[in-house]
Amino acid sequence: MDGAGPQLAVRMTGVSKSFGGVHALRDVSLAVRAGEIHALLGGNGAGKSTILKILRGVHAPTSGSIEVLGKTLDAHTTDEAKRAGIAMIFQEMSLVPTLSVAQNIFLNQEIKGPFGFIDDREAVRRARELFKSLDVDVDPHALAGDLGAGQRQLTEIVKAISQNARVLVLDEPSTALSAHDVDRLFAFLRRLKDDGVAIIYVSHRMDEIMRIADRATILRDGRHVITAPLAELTLTSIIQHIVGRDSKGLTGITRTNTRREQVLLELTNVSGAAKPRNLSLQLHAGEVLGIAGLLGSGRSAIARLLFGIDKVVSGEVRVDGEPVTLNSPKDAIALGIALIPEDRLRQGVIIEHTVSDNLALSVFERISSGGWISSRKQSDLASDKIGGLKIKTASPSAPVRTLSGGNQQKVVLGKWLASDPRIIVLDEPTAGIDIGSKSEIIQLIRTLAEQGKGIIVISSELNELLAACDRILVMSDGRLAKEITREALFPAAAAASDESMQQAEHLLQEAIQEVRIHV
Amino acid sequence: MSDTPARLPRVQFGDWRQYIIYLGFLGVFVLFAVTLGHKGFLDTNNLLNIVRQTAMIAIMAVAMTYVLAAGEIDLSVGAVAGLASVATAMGMDVGGLLFGVLCGLATGLLVGTVNGLLTTRVGIPSFLTTLAMMGVAKGAAMWVSGTKAIPILSSDYAYIFGGGNIGPVPLLLFWMLAIGAAGHIVLRKTTFGRWVLATGGSETAARYSGLKTGSIKFQVLIISSMAAAFAGMLYAGRFQTGRFQLGEGDELSVIAAAVLGGTSLFGGKGTVIGSIMGALMIGLINNGLILAGLEFSQQLIARGGIIILAVAISQNRRT
Repeated sequence: MDGAGPQLAVRMTGVSKSFGGVHALRDVSLAVRAGEIHALLGGNGAGKSTILKILRGVHAPTSGSIEVLGKTLDAHTTDEAKRAGIAMIFQEMSLVPTLSVAQNIFLNQEIKGPFGFIDDREAVRRARELFKSLDVDVDPHALAGDLGAGQRQLTEIVKAISQNARVLVLDEPSTALSAHDVDRLFAFLRRLKDDGVAIIYVSHRMDEIMRIADRATILRDGRHVITAPLAELTLTSIIQHIVGRDSKGLTGITRTNTRREQVLLELTNVSGAAKPRNLSLQLHAGEVLGIAGLLGSGRSAIARLLFGIDKVVSGEVRVDGEPVTLNSPKDAIALGIALIPEDRLRQGVIIEHTVSDNLALSVFERISSGGWISSRKQSDLASDKIGGLKIKTASPSAPVRTLSGGNQQKVVLGKWLASDPRIIVLDEPTAGIDIGSKSEIIQLIRTLAEQGKGIIVISSELNELLAACDRILVMSDGRLAKEITREALFPAAAAASDESMQQAEHLLQEAIQEVRIHV
Repeated sequence: MSDTPARLPRVQFGDWRQYIIYLGFLGVFVLFAVTLGHKGFLDTNNLLNIVRQTAMIAIMAVAMTYVLAAGEIDLSVGAVAGLASVATAMGMDVGGLLFGVLCGLATGLLVGTVNGLLTTRVGIPSFLTTLAMMGVAKGAAMWVSGTKAIPILSSDYAYIFGGGNIGPVPLLLFWMLAIGAAGHIVLRKTTFGRWVLATGGSETAARYSGLKTGSIKFQVLIISSMAAAFAGMLYAGRFQTGRFQLGEGDELSVIAAAVLGGTSLFGGKGTVIGSIMGALMIGLINNGLILAGLEFSQQLIARGGIIILAVAISQNRRT
């Protein structure tokens, strides 16, 4: 560990953490100096959020030690971490929307005047001073709920600083911010750094990391890979460290080119209210089209648009060559479009209801007559889907709540397949589910393509896109920035091997980062 | 995202809405003064009677402001008032004036503690906790009193709690003003009041700021029950009797008063002065409708309609 620098703000040494036998972290070390911006990098599931939770005292480490500003933390409570000077900025979490900015900053440390009464005027004065000294332009009188995302974030940071935070943790802070707000945030972070605050910066946006960070620590699969000054790292080497050599078991997908001539869906210069912007694409029958891009690039906006949740502001959507209007999910369903949403627990299934009821949810008209549901038809449908999708459930009448994440996702899929859609949009189809179910779901996507359905997969997991898709579109800032064919990603082999998979992931990752830098 | 000018008009608009209760109050007052003036609406005695009839509602509405601002609700206040009136009357019968007063206040403390425990420790929503408590308190009051009215013989008690006047001015007015002033200052000027508003505004944010939101909600429910018990004691003094029907149905007037005054049912926003004005406005409407010669059935319909209208106007700014 190159923690030889004079002033270490955070020194985590040999930290391991396992959850019921699963190792989330193995022997990870993290050293952050006072007055530096330290990037914490890694793919999904690399262990970033676990190590941050340990630093904040939410989890206790299984082994290893934590020192903050020379003091050892051993109680592992959030109170202890807070007292030691650690503050994490949660997006829109710590501001009360109905109180003013000044009242928020001094919440729970109110300034008192005579008789012990709150002195709001003094609070406004001090808030203004604080903002001025940090060169932040926020009106202390404004209601927190009226602030834009950028100002809200600055206010949260100022609040943490006013409570003597010496170690700031920022997790994807720029996601909701405009380019201008990001500039202001960075200028602000540099000033804090000059004041000796240690900043841990987590982001997937490499261009921002390159601009703001002094050093970086990269994790992969719960292990420490490297800690180095940014000057010694390149985009290529960072991606190499993040991706590693692990194909994560998705190479076994059997695939054939099932693309047919018929164009199912065609967008021409389509724009939404904010995103996407001027998007044109074609989806063929039997094709799996991937959509990649960073958080906030407009990936999910495409899904909402196609499903009639967001309005098409300009441009044309054609299904089977016919121009269509998508004003509501009902329109989309009537056209044979299905959306498997990102947040399946809230939007995809009714978690307290049974597997069978959920599977029948979108086709109750079909299995009922005169308003009466035919229980025979419903149980036929349920056993058909449970068998076909290999849903592991105790019985069709078990609540969906009792299923594993992967099997819940299969129920969502089954629910939509029951209505026999021709165009299927999957938003983060394997988020939070185990690797076994992951490859089963990807295999299922390929099978559906074989049957002639057109499929759009939106995902932030690149290996999943690579395993499932025939073509990948890279989005940036609401625009289609790049289109990559499978041939370009897998130049040598037809079938994906561990090595070619890793190489392809590297190429794709680079493409995603590059379009951000060049836009 | 960051331009200040875009925000200004909305703030001003919000401010205008905040004064709706005062404009409404004035409007109703002028309307009645013109149409009912000849029937004695403007007589000093009539106006003081309005105060006598609404002081208890106003006092409970002061506490309800805290409950609603903290994002909770208390439906048991009317029944608790009745129970406290019975407890006070019976206590006085046994152990004299002071003991009676203690019995009344202890009733409020007990009910509030149970409400608070069930809501914050067991985790039952306050809507359900206090709905159930409404029945429990009413049943208890009927049971211990044998559904009979219990007379209060102490004229001292009757004078202090609700019956007395200083010159022409009822003591009830002083109680109302004192409790209203205290409630206003605590909500606006103390950390407790600020924390109540923060808890109702966003419980997550309040907790992330280190506030013990459970304990704040607990205290707020105790305050509400104590205020309800005190209102019941004032009813008892005014009518020189403890009876389970005293305060029956008041919860609706109390909540309506707070909401009329600009307190949000969704938490985070509350004004004590507004709640008192809301209570007075409801009293004004009741009085006017009686003077106008409406039958009780018609009064109920008219009152309901006016309250819905006023609440619709004062709440119509949810963003």
